Amino acid sequence: MKTKHKYKFQKSHFAFPYTAISIVFVIVPLLILIYYAFTDRYTGGFTLNNFSMFGEGSLWITLGISFLMAFLTTLICLVLAYPLAMALCKINVNRRFILVMIFVLPMWINSLLRIYSVKLLFNDFLGLETGFLLSLIGMVYDFFPFMLLPIYTILSQMNNSYFEASTDLGANTFKTFTKVKLPLSVPGIVSGVLMVFMPAVSTFAINDILGSSQYWLFGNEIYFWFQKGLYNIGSAFAFVMLVLILISVAISSALNKIVDPRSNKVKKGEAL
Amino acid sequence: MAETKVKKQTAKTNSSKTKKEKTQSIDTQNTTNKQINKTENKNKEVKTKDNLNSKLLENNKITTNVNETKTSEINSNNETMVSKQMESSLPQEKAKKLDSIIKIKNVTKVFDGVTVIDDLTLSIKRGKFVTLLGASGCGKTTLLRMIAGFETATSGEIFIEDQEVTDIPPYKRPVNTVFQKYALFPHLNVYKNIAFGLKLKGLPESLQKQVEEFSQNEKGIFKFFKVKHYARKLKNNFILEKVKKALKMVNLEGYGYRNINTLSGGQQQRVAIARAIVCEPKVLLLDEPLGALDLKMRKEMQIELMGIHKNLGITFVYVTHDQEEALTMSDEIVVLNDGVIQQIGTPKKIYDEPANAFVADFIGQSNILTGTMVKDFTLKFLGTTFECLDKGFEKNEPVDIVIRPEDIDVYKEDSKNGQLEGVVLSSCFKGTFFQMEIETQGYQFTVQSTVEAKQGTKVRLGFTPNGIHVMKKLRSINEFIGRMTSPTTVEFCGGEWEVETTENFEKGDAVKVRIGFRDIELMDDENDGVIGANVTQSLYKGEYNQVQIYTDTDEDFYVVTTDDWDMNDRVGVKIKPNAIQLEKFIEAEEETKEDEN
Repeated sequence: MKTKHKYKFQKSHFAFPYTAISIVFVIVPLLILIYYAFTDRYTGGFTLNNFSMFGEGSLWITLGISFLMAFLTTLICLVLAYPLAMALCKINVNRRFILVMIFVLPMWINSLLRIYSVKLLFNDFLGLETGFLLSLIGMVYDFFPFMLLPIYTILSQMNNSYFEASTDLGANTFKTFTKVKLPLSVPGIVSGVLMVFMPAVSTFAINDILGSSQYWLFGNEIYFWFQKGLYNIGSAFAFVMLVLILISVAISSALNKIVDPRSNKVKKGEAL
Repeated sequence: MAETKVKKQTAKTNSSKTKKEKTQSIDTQNTTNKQINKTENKNKEVKTKDNLNSKLLENNKITTNVNETKTSEINSNNETMVSKQMESSLPQEKAKKLDSIIKIKNVTKVFDGVTVIDDLTLSIKRGKFVTLLGASGCGKTTLLRMIAGFETATSGEIFIEDQEVTDIPPYKRPVNTVFQKYALFPHLNVYKNIAFGLKLKGLPESLQKQVEEFSQNEKGIFKFFKVKHYARKLKNNFILEKVKKALKMVNLEGYGYRNINTLSGGQQQRVAIARAIVCEPKVLLLDEPLGALDLKMRKEMQIELMGIHKNLGITFVYVTHDQEEALTMSDEIVVLNDGVIQQIGTPKKIYDEPANAFVADFIGQSNILTGTMVKDFTLKFLGTTFECLDKGFEKNEPVDIVIRPEDIDVYKEDSKNGQLEGVVLSSCFKGTFFQMEIETQGYQFTVQSTVEAKQGTKVRLGFTPNGIHVMKKLRSINEFIGRMTSPTTVEFCGGEWEVETTENFEKGDAVKVRIGFRDIELMDDENDGVIGANVTQSLYKGEYNQVQIYTDTDEDFYVVTTDDWDMNDRVGVKIKPNAIQLEKFIEAEEETKEDEN
C-alpha cells in the first residue's frame, strides 16, 4: 500500500521568494539584454552590427577612462580605508561603534544629494573646476564606506594571538604586518575592492554632475543610447561591460586563492 | 652543600648532552644518505646542474654538522668555543653561571588599578621543567606573558641569561611561546607555519661562508642574481631539514603540506610546539597548551611533552591550573595565588609538605584544621593531643594543620586504635577506594579508605605523626608599614593611631606596625573607630570568627572576634594603644630577606 506523499516544509524553501524576485528582476532582464544586444533593431534577426562601434578607437578610450577612474577610485579608497580600519580596531570597543557610524553615516543620505553637496563645496565654494579630478573626489567620497566596512569587519575579528605569535617568532611590527595581518585581511580587501570597483566602473550619475563634457565614461555611453531609444546598441554596450566586470571578479577571486593554503604547491614525490 | 648539588646537576646535563649528540649524529647520517640518493636521482635527470648539486650536497653535510654544534652551544650558554675552554678550567664559575636562566626581580604588574603580580621574585633553573600553577586569575599567565614580552612589568626587572629584557620587545628575546589556542597562522600550511620563525632569521654563519665562497668563484653580469639565488636555495634547504626534524619530534611526519584547518586539536597543538621549538629558543614558554584537548589526548601529550623536554634539554616554563598535570610533568612547581608565590618545590615536596593552607587546599584533597603547637613534636587540635614530626614553632603558637584524606585510618567503634571518634555521614565508592565524610566534634573529615564504613555507623579515626602536616598560619599577625607623626602617634592604613611605646621614635620615622588578631576591636558605627573598613570575609572557626576586613587604603586586617559580622558590613576599627607593636623599619633588610626566599 502506498502512503500519500505529504508536503514537507524545508529550510531551503525560505529561498523561494528571493528566487522569484531574482528571476523577474535579474535573470529575465539579463536575457532580454542579451537578446537585444544580438538582434537587429528593425528586422529582429541575429546580427553583430550593434557591436560595430567597438571598431572605433574613441569608444575604447571611453572604456579606458572608465576603468582608469574606477581603478583610481578603488585604489584611493583602499589606501585611505585600510589604515583607518586599523586605527578603528585599536580604539576602545565602546567608542568604536560611534566612530564607525560616523564614517558610514553618509550612506543614509541620498546619493544624488551627496554628489550635489560635493559640487557645491568644491566647485562653487572652493572654485575647483568640474572634470576628472572632481569626479574622482565625488566617487571616492561616495564609495568609501563600501571599502571601509568589509576591511574593518575582518580586521576587528582578527585574533590578537596571531600577531603575538608572529612577534614571538621573531617578526618585528612591519614584518608582522606584511606576513600575517595583510595576508589574513585579503578576503576583506577583495570584497571591498569588488564593492567599490563594480559600481564605480559603470556609474554615470556622478560623472554627469561632477565631470566635464570633454570626456565620457562608459556608463554615460550606455545611458546615452538607452535615452535615445536605441536599445539594441545600448544593450550591446551593457553586455560588454558585464563581460569586463565578470573578468575583473575572476581576477580578484584568483587573488583570494593565493592566500589559501590549499593552493600551496606540493612538490612531486615528496611528503613532509 | 648547594655548590655540590649544582655540580651534580651540571654533570647530569653533560652526560645527557653527549647521549643526545650521539643520536643526533646517527640522524644526520641517515639524512645525508637520503640526500645523496636524492641528488643522485637528480643527477641522472639533469646533468647540467651537476655542479650545483654537488655543492649543495657538501652544504647539507656542513649544515647538519652545524646543527649539532648549535644545540650544544645552546646548552652551554651560547658561548664561543674559546670561552668554553676557559669555563672548563673554572668549573665552579660555570656552575654558578649555568644555575638560573630566568631571573624575575621584584616584578609588579597592575592592570587598571588591580595588582595582578605583586612584588614577585623568582629564578628559574636552566634545563628544568618548571610549572606555574594556580587558579585562574592568579597571575600565572600574566607572569608568562611578561617573560615572553607581551606585557611589560609595571615595576621590577626580568633577566634572561643575565641580560635584562624588561623592556625588550618579544621578537628580540631568546624565548618562544606555545599559545593556549595554538594561534597557528590560518593562511599558511603546516610547513610554512613551522618555517615562519626560521625564514625571518638570517642565514646561519656557516652558510654565509658558503655563499661568500660561491660569490668569489662566480663571475659575470648576473653574479648578483646568481649569488642571491644560491643563498636562497641554501636557506630553503636548511629550513626544510630543520622543519623535517621538528615534525619528526612531534610525530607529525607526512603532515607538512596539510592545511591547518584540516588538523585535529591535538595535531594543531603539535604544530604549535614544532613551530616554537624549531627556532631553538633558550626557554620554551607554554601557556596552558593542553587546556583545549580531551582527557585522553591530554595524557598522551603530557608524556610527549616530557619526552620533548628531555630530548631538547632546554628550559620549559609551563602554565597550568591543572594540579595533576603539574604534579605529573614538572621538575619544579611554583604555586601562585593572587600574584604572590605560595610555594616553590618539587611535585613531591609540594604534595607532601605544603607550605601553607592554600597550597594544601589547592594541591589534592585535604582536611584543613586549626590547632595549637603545644611544644615541639606535640600538637593539639579538636581537643585532643597528637604526636607530629614538626618543631620550631613558638610555644602554643596557633597553626594550620593539613591531613590528606588517604592518611586517615578508619577503625571500628570498639577498636583500641584511633584517637578520635566520629560518625560516618556519607560513603561513596570511587573505584579503588571509598570516600567518606566523617564528622568529629563539629569538624567534617574527608577520608579515603579501602575499607568501607557504612553510613551512620560510629568509627574511630587514627592519625599517624607523618600524616599530620603542620604549617605556619598564612598570617598570624597583622603587619603594616607606617610612619610616625609624633612620638606617640603613628599613621598607617589611612588613620592616625595613638601608641604606647618604650622606644624613642621621631616624627617621620618609618616603622613596622604589628597588631595581633585579637587586639582589634570592630565597631558597629564607623565613626567610633579610627578608620572605616568593609568586611570581606567571615570564617567560623569553632569557638570564634575570623573576620577579614578591607580598608579604604586597600589593605587587609585579620580580626578574631566572638561577634558575628556579615559580608560587606561597614565597620569602625579601633585598636588599644598598648596593643600596637612598633619596630624600626629598614628597607634594605626587607629585600635581603626576600632574596633568601
